[in-house]
Amino acid sequence: MLNCIIVDDETAARTIVSHLCSQVDNLNVIEEFPNALQAMKFLNKNDIDLIFLDIHMPDFTGFDFIETLKNPPKIVLTTSDRNFAIDAFEYDCIVDYLVKPITLPRFVKAMTKVQSFKAPTAPQPSASVAASKSDESTDKEMYVNIDRRLIKIEFDKIYLIEAKGDYILIKTEDKNYTVHSTLKKIEDKLPDSLFLKVHRSYVINIKKIIDIEDNSVLIARDVVPISRSNRPELMKRLNLL
Amino acid sequence: MEKPSLNYIKELSGGDAAFEAKLIAVVKSELPDEIAEYNRNMRDSAFAKAAENVHKIKHKFGILSLEKSYELAVEYETELREGNTKHKKEFETIVQACIYFISNF
Repeated sequence: MLNCIIVDDETAARTIVSHLCSQVDNLNVIEEFPNALQAMKFLNKNDIDLIFLDIHMPDFTGFDFIETLKNPPKIVLTTSDRNFAIDAFEYDCIVDYLVKPITLPRFVKAMTKVQSFKAPTAPQPSASVAASKSDESTDKEMYVNIDRRLIKIEFDKIYLIEAKGDYILIKTEDKNYTVHSTLKKIEDKLPDSLFLKVHRSYVINIKKIIDIEDNSVLIARDVVPISRSNRPELMKRLNLL
Repeated sequence: MEKPSLNYIKELSGGDAAFEAKLIAVVKSELPDEIAEYNRNMRDSAFAKAAENVHKIKHKFGILSLEKSYELAVEYETELREGNTKHKKEFETIVQACIYFISNF
């Protein structure tokens, strides 16, 4: 018997997953939680075998939640957002990825995977952005997941990246891309030689700077604020006369 | 326009009338709150927050077997994150159809 919990801020979603669990042998729903924090408190005192986890929750996303778990159990993601699939592959503990509304045949398939899944190991850092600084083949470009397509973006075409809630807006010379990721995650993928964070919401390509005035930088058509703490590093990186 | 139905709920329930009633009651109670919050955010031009509401509402479209409308909501959610309200009218028409549909239960 697998003891499981359901974490989802939507009552309808929890009702559906709970019902689906009742249709499958060997699944025992111990608790349901409307947010990740309550689930974390529960997991501090209880061992469970499987978590049905929504990704898109206010304050604390499903991925944030996974990152807090020292020894994560098996996890099945449940989401209305198809754009997270690539992130899911970054975690060893994630067994499957169910897109809402979930059907019984798809759920049964996921449970078959759960039964045969090997013991999970510690989670790896996730990213919607598939590239690595240490990989030479990704020195010049990265791939972003947009509407189930992996789109190549060359680093030297990017002039600005702006944080917008759970998303980032990547501005290039040709086009803008909205990607479900964080500034922190994309920063880890960008070459340090080109990019610099100048404000908590902005990363710029320093080669694209047109001019700098007091606490702002003009980059292409955008004026971007420079925070006081980031200004010294920016000045250091400029070839000042 | 695509019409809401109980096809998904009935398929999911496998004939379990109690579960059908429970899920319909949940949708009936949860959807109006989500719509009210969406309307508030739209009134305040808080489009990123409205996109979060659309994210939740689109699952209700799925539960009410509105497959094409679900796809429209996916598109509208993305638009709202960029401050674009192109599909507002179509989305809100579908929302009204859902409210009318569930009020019959």
